[in-house]
Amino acid sequence: MFIKKLIIKKLFLLFILFSLTGCGYNSLQSGDEDITAKWAEVLNQYQRRADLIPNLVNVVKGYAAHEKDVLLGVTEARAKVGAIQASPELVNDEQAFKKFIAAQGQMTSAISRLLLVAEKYPDLKADGVFRDLQAQLEGTENRITVARNRYIEAVKAYNTTVRSFPSNLTAMVFGLKTKPSFTVENEQAIAQPPKVDFGAPTAPAANQ
Amino acid sequence: MVKVMRYGLGVFLLLLFTTAAAEIAIPPLSQRVTDLTGTLSARQMNAMEQTLAAFEARKGSQIAVLMIATTQPEAIEQFGIRVADAWKIGRKSIDDGVIFIIAKNDRKMRLEVGYGLEGVIPDAIAKRIISETITPYFKQNDYAGGINAGISQLTKLIDGEPLPAPQTHANSHFNENTFIVFLIVGVVSGFILSAIFGQVMGGLLAGLGSGLAAVLLVGLSFSIGVFIAMMVFFFVGFSGRGGRGLGGFGGGFGGGSGGSWGGGDGGFGGGGASGSW
Repeated sequence: MFIKKLIIKKLFLLFILFSLTGCGYNSLQSGDEDITAKWAEVLNQYQRRADLIPNLVNVVKGYAAHEKDVLLGVTEARAKVGAIQASPELVNDEQAFKKFIAAQGQMTSAISRLLLVAEKYPDLKADGVFRDLQAQLEGTENRITVARNRYIEAVKAYNTTVRSFPSNLTAMVFGLKTKPSFTVENEQAIAQPPKVDFGAPTAPAANQ
Repeated sequence: MVKVMRYGLGVFLLLLFTTAAAEIAIPPLSQRVTDLTGTLSARQMNAMEQTLAAFEARKGSQIAVLMIATTQPEAIEQFGIRVADAWKIGRKSIDDGVIFIIAKNDRKMRLEVGYGLEGVIPDAIAKRIISETITPYFKQNDYAGGINAGISQLTKLIDGEPLPAPQTHANSHFNENTFIVFLIVGVVSGFILSAIFGQVMGGLLAGLGSGLAAVLLVGLSFSIGVFIAMMVFFFVGFSGRGGRGLGGFGGGFGGGSGGSWGGGDGGFGGGGASGSW
């Protein structure tokens, strides 16, 4: 009888322990940390892209200096991106987050316009430095996509925890809110730059 | 509260469905060279396999080749990162894996380069390997020749990078999954044994058995074996009630079938290059 009581007591303690970890505090914390890490990777890759731009502009200038509009567009987009403080805190500020993403989206389209213009210059296309830069840029765009997807996944998991019962109570108590993610409109604007590319070449080609 | 719960459930279901879009399933990884198109002969595959195995033994880095018909509806980059995430080629936290994916009918290929090799195989170099080394072969339908040329380029490059020496130590086989599998199997068999021999004796037997099995069969290190043994013993020997048959344990543990090869938990971040021929 006594032993049985002891076992029940033990089981009860175990239950309490599990329900404590089950309130979601720990998973909220680790989710938050995960998002920070994934976001840092996104920033890292955007930075990597921004670092490639000066070289790219220089190479293109060498062959197509008169394509001022496009070159200026890229330089301006880069300046705009540089003006926004790309800090890890962006994830906690939805407005700044949106602004940052919009600026990066502009940069994406500015770069694709530049690469499009480059198509018109066979000498430029054959240039080894340009080809290497193009490969690096492609790779970086892909890394950005991967980093963004991983960030989206992390945010998904975190937001679900924040919103679902019973961890939503914990989140409420500690004032933890859902994190912003890449929205659908942004997704479409940024994830499909090729569509913009294919439509555009007729116009500049006609000017030539 | 019901509303909140329902909302949470809705979000959860939505997540489930969005991830379950119509994508090509990642082929299971069992060998270094996987050809789902039947293009490569067994002899060619064997030769590649040997080259890559020798390279892994010498340098530690893992290279895998995957040849499939198509990656549609996905782009090869999206497919590539999914393969990389599933296979985890390369050593843990050295991340020195490379996956060479060929989508034969799409006429597309991609080199997926692990984090740790992005320095020695930057995107520009990967692109050059694709366009200058491999493409000429593929244009003449010489797939084996192209793959071999690519492999020799990759190995040459990686050889130039000072990486940690390959581990011959059995510890490299260790991963959390095998550890947990041994623990679960040990505890379950412990409950069964304790029905026959009594709790303490059953726990002791199961603990010793699972610990020994972990060390001898899979080659986990001795201390981990001891740890498993003790865990199982305490679980079984001092649990509330013994002898209860634990039903419903039908899960298939992916035990290492003989001669199988797997990735070493290497990480990828989308580095590499794609090309077409």
